[in-house]
Amino acid sequence: MTAPFSEFGMLGPRGVLVAGFVIGVAFGACLERAGLGSARKLMGQFNLKDLAVFKVMFSAIVTAMLGLFWLSKLGVLDISRVYLPETFLIPQLVGGAIFGIGFALAGLCPGTSCVAAATGRGDGLAAMIGMLAGVLAMGAALPTFQRFFTSTARGGFTIPSALGVSEGVVVLGIVAIAVAGFAIAPRIERHAARARE
Amino acid sequence: MSDSNPPRPYADPYIAGVALGLVLLAAFVVVGRGLGASGAFASVAASTVDAVSSTSARSNGFFADHLDGGGPLRDWLVVELLGVFVGAWASAKLAGRLRATVERGPRTSVSGRLLAAGAGGAVMGVGAVLARGCTSGQALTGGALLSVGSWLFIAAAFAAAYVVAILRRGAWS
Repeated sequence: MTAPFSEFGMLGPRGVLVAGFVIGVAFGACLERAGLGSARKLMGQFNLKDLAVFKVMFSAIVTAMLGLFWLSKLGVLDISRVYLPETFLIPQLVGGAIFGIGFALAGLCPGTSCVAAATGRGDGLAAMIGMLAGVLAMGAALPTFQRFFTSTARGGFTIPSALGVSEGVVVLGIVAIAVAGFAIAPRIERHAARARE
Repeated sequence: MSDSNPPRPYADPYIAGVALGLVLLAAFVVVGRGLGASGAFASVAASTVDAVSSTSARSNGFFADHLDGGGPLRDWLVVELLGVFVGAWASAKLAGRLRATVERGPRTSVSGRLLAAGAGGAVMGVGAVLARGCTSGQALTGGALLSVGSWLFIAAAFAAAYVVAILRRGAWS
């Protein structure tokens, strides 16, 4: 067991920050290479003409998920020391839906709005400014919604424990869904292109 | 000069996606946490409130959490997002894709597009606070960790985005 490095004393506070910067550079470069700094490209996902968002996101999730699964199986990574976002069922459903409305309006998400701004797009900068305003306003209003915000808390809650099946079964299921999605994506794109001609 | 050449096409989405997945995995292995974007906005928002009035920042649980509750991880998110800027800029520069522009549909004005982007950003900010993350911190990170809340976030966000995209079909075509 040697990973996470920061948890096993191989990386001090300064090392963590340096690693954060390097990881951020790589993250930004991947998003830019994929074309996800472009709102027009992102909107292709929603008019179904270009499913790049689905392809990039799901191949990323599957890659990282398989990596976590095998590194932890091989005893290299202590998964219990990787930070797992806590689940709050209803706030995350409602917050997700509100987020999705903004996502389709802006054509960009918080990370990709930074990529758009960094590559010269004024709409990326506008989305970033709006994002900051939204977080400020909601943060200030949050005490009013405190009961809702902390409702249906489930702590660190994973799909395997929710379904009572082993992690391997869930990993396999998600890989199967992703592969099926990748297989039908070109057909959906062709159909959408024809429907709009 | 690369800027005078036509921009190179974007990478294959599967290659870019696997590379992104390896970056996410590296974050888990090196620092024990995934990627994020909206958290950095929350940090900046909290610091802004703190600079204007420290008492109101400290008396608000959300801002207080982002001021000291996060410890060094709070700085980590901001540094990571600065890296995103540098990485995206360098990648676009190398590919001849740096352009000062406002991307919009053929029938949308520049001001109309900036307004939609700003309003969309604000709505995302509200949603990301409630959901405790965005497409990076919930969808990618929590998705790979098989978090129930993160997969609910993915389903709700994409369902809502499709509804809005259908209602605003004319915006991009």
